[in-house]
This record gives sequence, structure tokens and C-alpha cells, in this order.
Amino acid sequence: MNFIVEMQGITKRFGVVEANQGIDFDLKPGEIHALLGENGAGKTTLMRILYGLYRADEGEIRVAGKPVVIHSPKDAIGLGIGMVTQHFTLVPPLSVVENVALGQEGAVTLDLDQMRQRVVDAAKRFGIEIKPDALVRHLSVGERQRVEILKSLYRNARVLILDEPTAVLVPQEVEALFQTLNKLRESGMALVFISHKLNEVMELCDRITVLRDGKKIGTVLRGETNEAELARMMVGRETFGVVRPAERRGGEVRLKLDKVNALDKKGLPALKNISLEVRAGEILGIAGISGNGQSELAQVLSGMLKPVSGTVWVDGKDMTGASPADFAAANIGRVPEDRHSGVVGDLSVAENLVLEHLEEFSRNGMMDYASVQKFAQKMIEDFQIKARPQDPIRTLSGGNMQKVLLARALAHKPRVLIVAHPTRGLDIGATDYVRSKLLEQREAGTAILMISEDLDEILALSDRIAVMYEGRIVGIVSGRRATPEVLGMMMSGALEVDYAEA
Amino acid sequence: MEAFLVGLIAATLRVATPLILGTLGELFSERSGILNLGIEGTMFLGAFTGFAVAYLTGSLWLGLLAAVLAGMLAGLLMGLFTVTLGVNQHVSGLGITLLMTGISLFLYRVIFGERSVQPSIPTFPKVSPFGDTPVLGPIFEQYLLTYIAIALVPLVWWLLYRTSFGLRLRAVGENPEAADAAGVNVFRIRYIALAIGGGLMAAGGAFLSLAQLGSFIFGIIAGRGWVCIALIIFANWIPSRVLWGALLFGGVSALQLRLQATGAQLPYELFLALPYLVTILALVLAGRSAAAPAALLKPYRRE
Repeated sequence: MNFIVEMQGITKRFGVVEANQGIDFDLKPGEIHALLGENGAGKTTLMRILYGLYRADEGEIRVAGKPVVIHSPKDAIGLGIGMVTQHFTLVPPLSVVENVALGQEGAVTLDLDQMRQRVVDAAKRFGIEIKPDALVRHLSVGERQRVEILKSLYRNARVLILDEPTAVLVPQEVEALFQTLNKLRESGMALVFISHKLNEVMELCDRITVLRDGKKIGTVLRGETNEAELARMMVGRETFGVVRPAERRGGEVRLKLDKVNALDKKGLPALKNISLEVRAGEILGIAGISGNGQSELAQVLSGMLKPVSGTVWVDGKDMTGASPADFAAANIGRVPEDRHSGVVGDLSVAENLVLEHLEEFSRNGMMDYASVQKFAQKMIEDFQIKARPQDPIRTLSGGNMQKVLLARALAHKPRVLIVAHPTRGLDIGATDYVRSKLLEQREAGTAILMISEDLDEILALSDRIAVMYEGRIVGIVSGRRATPEVLGMMMSGALEVDYAEA
Repeated sequence: MEAFLVGLIAATLRVATPLILGTLGELFSERSGILNLGIEGTMFLGAFTGFAVAYLTGSLWLGLLAAVLAGMLAGLLMGLFTVTLGVNQHVSGLGITLLMTGISLFLYRVIFGERSVQPSIPTFPKVSPFGDTPVLGPIFEQYLLTYIAIALVPLVWWLLYRTSFGLRLRAVGENPEAADAAGVNVFRIRYIALAIGGGLMAAGGAFLSLAQLGSFIFGIIAGRGWVCIALIIFANWIPSRVLWGALLFGGVSALQLRLQATGAQLPYELFLALPYLVTILALVLAGRSAAAPAALLKPYRRE
């Protein structure tokens, strides 16, 4: 077998986390090899090792049969390995030609015509369409990606790694990219396609290696597998500790969204016709791979992002476009996505606990520190927070910080609770504690909307599960009937379920 | 009127010379991503070194060479702080200015001691390509350094836009990650840019002591370094516009001197402030569209 790249027993640790555990991976000329897995499965880490951005702690890499040590991208480029990352390494005010030739100019003085000719020739040879004289800052994302690909080819890459190349593209650009990649495959190049989208992998790739939690689950040929099998390989895993007692249809509708559309920071549609409702005493899980609109949904529900159309009701009251203060006043509790941005690091635990309701702890603009202290003590006891009220919150562990945020959100007996990634990065003990608190709230009749990427969590807690993909809800299924395979296929756009089913 | 204009234009070129040199120096530095606020001190160091070496050796050219070398060292020191150690660029630059000013004054005392009469040297002679021709003759009767400064403008443009070093320099100042990924040594490019920049700044300072004054005094730079910082923004980091900016400031400076001499019944401080007011005005008008190198002020660290 003449492999161009062989990686054997690759292990990479970040602190105590093993991002890659003894992974084997190989690559043949003239194939597109998919690396499939959820976020955090270790796909990008493995390829960053091959490209010299990380050093493996254990394992061996061979290129064209010879053992190699790759210290830096420069070494990788020297071995004919190129990588197109999600963050492009282009210089926006320079032209396409200048970007491609940068570092490979050939002489002390620049012969601009010759440099241009060489780049144009290379583009033609590989069938990549570019605008040689345009400044990169005027190009679309898809055009920039082509420049990035050409940059690697111009450096004589025989192996090209593409890290989730379709994540930033619109559908037409995806089609053009696939044509380019097919052409490169025919020319005998070896391509690695990192993705978590089943349909794309099935359309494009020859072999598929699935990673999960840093381990290799297996390598399959496209012709011998199907999307359901891949989904199972991607997400299937052991069972979990805390589970909701039984499924139920909740009480009255507390939160309702009707055809909500919203734009992201770049002005692109992030939420497309989102309609859902959450009832008192139920948990609606929002599943999906991050970046499919969940952040924007949470922002709309906290008043941080104004929808461009559609309606948001809370307790039957129209709250569309209301301010964050209005949402807080309507007693919507919220546990934010990034817990570090939800707290003020240098303020104490006690101060952070009262931050959202200062008016209750102050008189005539003066803080009533005695009652703040009393409140903080009570919260610390109720929520088993391992800290003193006066400790700066940045000194707390992730789990304790999350408990502070949870305490702050639950202290006011919210009517609706929005939680995003409630247990991300927490250890098992803290995870179980946070989940049991959420179930307690559900028992108490709170309407809970829980955004999570963790399918265990979604399946363990949700009465109903809505799956988001590319800004849409591709289906709402009941927690009882959902399986990891079905959710996995929905999350990667391979399956849509009729709304009415749940 | 003709004599007035001729004198004004000639003075404009003279006043603009150290500004052209200093701003071109700052251009190199900032195009690589480093704001060098050490410019005021580096010009001061250049003025002192040039004067001292010329005084001791009797050679103006040796003095100029020594000034340029000293400025390059000051640039490299700035590189040690900002490129290698990643220290805040504002703090490093102001530190360099204080340090270079202090070192220059200290060495001046060591070499020349306390004197009742300022030591002085003969200055660079002026060259006069048009001889006694009316108008052209007096306008172009200038120091050689003025011609060199003006000739440097297209040279710097060529270096930036027509050499591989220039392409790499621009890339490093805009997106060091991209340059690094393309195999460009970001650190080396920044050091080189700071050294060239420091040398040019010091040459600007040396022009004042070696050509214009023939002596060295404490107020010799008088904020010209800070003017260069404003001019680089006005120039939008483009070499040709450095020339126009420096000529504009030089022109207003020369004009206010002549307005003072007309004996107008206004406080002379008002005239002195004129060039700075025009600079601020020009900055407000031109600065809005100015696009600084994207990596300016950001230390580069490999992950």
C-alpha cells in the first residue's frame, strides 16, 4: 500500500484532557478522506499535529513511507502538506497575487508581471478561478477560500487539509468548492476533509474516519456505509446519571416564538422562521452543532438581539424587541452560554450574585451590604458553592462559577428559564448537580429552554427536543422517541422531521 | 512679493527636511506593526551623536554616519522591548524617548563639560544647482541632505512596493499570522524595519545639528518627532503623502515666521501655534479615512 501520510498511535494531551488517544490515520494519493466527528472529538487537533501547529505527545508520522518530525507549518509545507483553516491566513489589503506569492517571491526585487503570470498559471493548472488583481479585502468568503487553497497548491502541496471548509460558505459556493476538490482528487492529490455534516461527507469523500471523544471509532468506505451508521458512530455513547423521571406535557404556554427571523453580527440570516413554544413544567431541549443559530436564539430571548421579524411572547405578553431589562423584569432567568462573560471576574461571589437585582439590595443608591452578605450566605448553602461570599469570582472553578450563575438565575423563581450549555466543561459531580437542579425547577413548574450540544444531556433532560440546523428548526421530536441516531442525522442536515410530529 | 515667495519656498524645503526623514522612519516602523514613540528621543540622539562625532573627528559625514548607526541601535532596542519581549508599545516608545534624551544630555556633559560659549562646528555647505539664476537659484540653494531626503521618498516607495522585503513588511504589519504561515520571519522583518526607521529618524535629528544649526542645544528637536507621528497618520502610511504632509507643515512653519516679521499686532505665540493648528485640522480632514496597518500595536506571539 503506498500511503502518502501515515499517522500511528497519535496521542495529544492538553493538561489532563486527552484530545487524541492513540489515533491511527492514513491517506492515499487521489482520495478525499473525511474526518468526521462532533465538536471536540479531536479532528482538528489531529490535523493541526500533521500541519506542525501542535506537537504530538506520542505517536509516529510517516510521509511517503519515511518517518518525519514536523515542528512548524514551514516543515509541513516543505513536506508538501498544506492546510486551509477556518480562520484564513490572508493579508486583506494585499492583492490576490501578492497573497499567493508572499514568502515565495523568488528574487529580491519583485517582477510584478512575472509574479502575476506564475500565480495565474498555477490557478489555471489547478482549475481554480481567481481574480488575480483584486484586493483580498474585497473578496467574498468563498473567493478568499479559493485563494487560500491556491496558496497551498502554489507551495507544491501534495496533501491538502481542509478544516470544515463549508462552515463559512453559502450553498452555491459549497458546490463550487466540491467541484474544485473533485478536480484536485483526479489530479492525484490527497485531501483531508474535516466535517460534521453527514450529507457532505457522503457526497464527496471516498473513505471516512470517525472520531469521538478523542478516540478513533473506525474507518469505513463510503460505498459500504450509510448516514445512519455514521451518525451512530459519531454520537453513540454510554448512559448517564441524572435522568428526568417521566415525560410529560406541561401546563400553560409560558414562552412562545412565532416565525422569528434574526441576523447575526455580520448581517447574515442566523434565525430562519423559528417557531416554538415552551410550557410550564417542561424542558424543551435545543440540540444542534454550535454555530447553527443557538447563540442568536439565546440572544433574542434575553433582549440582546432584536428579531427582524416574527413575534416573541412571554406569558402571553408580546415581548418582541424588548430590552434586556424588560426580559429580566418579566422574570426570565438566564444562564449564559459563556459563563466567564456572565460574571465580573474581579467582583466577589456576593456582588456577582446580586448584580442583576441591585435595586433589591440598595437603599437610596447605597448598597445594603448586610443584606447582600446574608443573601450570599444563603445561596452558597443552598447551592453547595465551594467559596466564601468575599472571594473574587475569577478564583472559582468552572463548576462553582456555574453554580453561582444558576443560583442567581433561580433565586427569583423565574417563570421561564433559558440555559445554554449548562454543564459544558464541568466534571461529573458538578454536571449531575446542575442537571438535578434543572429537573427540580421543572418539577416546580418553570418553563425551561435548554440549549446544549451534548446529546446525553439533551436526551436525559428534555421532554421535547428541537433540532437546529443552519438557523432553522429541522424538527421537534419527543424526548421519549428520540434516539442519538435520529438526532445526529437531523443535526447534520441529513433528516428533517415534520413539525407536527411532536 | 517675489522675494517673499522665494524665501518662503526655500524655507519650506529646509523646515520639511527633518520631518520627511523622521516620518519615513516612522513609516518603516509602523508598516511593520510597531508604533515607535521613541522617535522624539531617537531624533535627539541623532542630533547629539552627529554633532559630537563631527566635532571630535572634524568630519560632518562621519558625524552623519554615526548618527544613523546610533539611531539604528535605538531602533533595535525598541525591537527588543516590543518584538522580543512583547512590552506595550506606547510605554516602550516613551521609555526610549526618555532614555535617549537622558543618554544624549549625559554624554554631552561628559564630552563638553560646562562651557560659557556653546561649542559649534561648521555646517554642511549648501549646494546650488541653479547658481545665480533668479527665482530657481535661491529656491534650490539647499543642503545636500534636503535633496537626499526628497530622493528617499520614491526610494522608500520602491522598497515597499517593488521588493520582496517590502511585500513581507506590509504583510507583517497587516497580518503577522498570515505572514508567518507563508514562511516569513515576522520577528526579523520587524527588527529590520525598526533599525532602518531608527536610522532615518536619527538622520532627521542630525540634519538640525549638522546642517541647520552647527551646534547642539537642549531644545533642538522641539517636538518635531511628535509632529512626525501626526504626519504619518495624515500621510495614511503612504510615502508620497509623507512628502506632501511634511511640505505642508514646513510651509506653514515658514509662513508664520514671516508673518511674525511683518510686525502684526498679535501675540507671537499665536503664530507659533499656527503649524500645529494646521496639522490638527489636516488630521481631522485626512485622518477620517486613514487606515492604519491592522497589526499596529499588537505584539506577535506564536501560539
